[in-house]
Amino acid sequence: MNDLASAFATALGLILSLDPGVLAIVSLSLRVSLAALILAALLGLPLGALLAVARFPGRGGVITLMNALMGLPPVVVGLLIYLLLSRSGPLGSLGLLFTPSAMIIAQAVLIAPILAALTRQVLEGMWEEYAEQLRSFGAGPWRAVPTLLWDGRFMLLTVLLAGFGRAAAEVGAVMVVGGNIEGFTRVMTTAIALETSKGDLPLALALGLVLMAIVFGVNALAQGVRGVASRWAG
Amino acid sequence: MRAPESILPLRAEGLGFSAGGVEILRDVALKIEAGAPTLLIGANGAGKSVLLRLLHGLLAPSAGCVFWDCASDKAARHQAMVFQRPVLLRRSVLANTLYPLKLAGLPREACLARAEEALALVGLADRVQDPARRLSVGQQQRLALARAAALQPELLFLDEPSASLDPAATRAVEEIVLTLARRGTKIVMTTHDLAQARRLAGDVVFLHRGRVLEQAPAEAFFQEPATEIARAFLRGELVW
Repeated sequence: MNDLASAFATALGLILSLDPGVLAIVSLSLRVSLAALILAALLGLPLGALLAVARFPGRGGVITLMNALMGLPPVVVGLLIYLLLSRSGPLGSLGLLFTPSAMIIAQAVLIAPILAALTRQVLEGMWEEYAEQLRSFGAGPWRAVPTLLWDGRFMLLTVLLAGFGRAAAEVGAVMVVGGNIEGFTRVMTTAIALETSKGDLPLALALGLVLMAIVFGVNALAQGVRGVASRWAG
Repeated sequence: MRAPESILPLRAEGLGFSAGGVEILRDVALKIEAGAPTLLIGANGAGKSVLLRLLHGLLAPSAGCVFWDCASDKAARHQAMVFQRPVLLRRSVLANTLYPLKLAGLPREACLARAEEALALVGLADRVQDPARRLSVGQQQRLALARAAALQPELLFLDEPSASLDPAATRAVEEIVLTLARRGTKIVMTTHDLAQARRLAGDVVFLHRGRVLEQAPAEAFFQEPATEIARAFLRGELVW
């Protein structure tokens, strides 16, 4: 009990004194997850929107597959990216393994299906509502994609926040492809795992607190965005 | 005031529509010419809305054909439709009005001028920046009318535009409809409200169970309908 209290006090000290080690880890975490989010959004949002408006044979299968991919185990994604990027793998010549770039790719692969599946869910209902009116204006499904993405902007922001939360909190994928190299590929989650096993509880706890604060902050932001969205969605 | 190369008259011949094995419209023939509003009347379920969607091209007929007095892509550019429940984009009042104009490829200044003129026409000039979906139901329908009017269509389809509105909002909608008609826009409108049909109609198309029973000038139809069913309908009996 005393251990926990003193660990907690040291952890707060590390955060409040803006310990450079802690700051570096937090900043790398945010940069990796943010880059992964942007990459995944560039793919996932238009894909989800297309799937919301397009009608083709096999569409149900694609949607089922995407929903299944939402539950991809991070460590398996890490393994697959590891195999692709390893020296003997097809993309080994790029030399990306154990770099932040590899971590960005892994997290992007992890959350792109989540963004696409949630985007489809959000926009499909809107398309049902808009379809007849847009066709009356002479706009087909292709033209509808940017319209839906714009009109769903607030709801899609919460989708993005969900994706960011998932990326920032996962540990398996970045551990496998990043290697948890100190000062280079060590992020909050991998550092927490390592420091806990080493017994350096204050540092693990400090990073844990920062991670929780970020997750809470992201959720509060999502809540706020929903408020603005309801004003426009009526 | 008719443009030399009008898309009208619009003709339908042998028009039929079935969905899921149920026949909704059968063997509909009608002709819609420029002039005063044409009102499609009939009981709920008579097929009025489906007929409007077939004419506007939102539904493909199972039988028969819709003919324009021009190429069909040109006809598509010169008509618009307002639905019973207005479908408004999650944008401002002004952005809603601009959307179809931009889609039609009009230059920016022309879009803005037309949108502002149309919004002034329906009395929403002071609400341009408000979120469209926060307007009252009546205002939303007026915005839908402004959005269609800004396109300056030659032909405007209205599907029960005042069905869910209170008397004041209904009156506002009717005034807008009459203003547009006076400006030379051909109005084709469904209603199940006979009093409204009497107020607006130049001619009447009477539908009953998916068939057109009568098409006649309004005065003639309301004074002396040709069919027994129309007489019963005008007396306010429950025909169906």
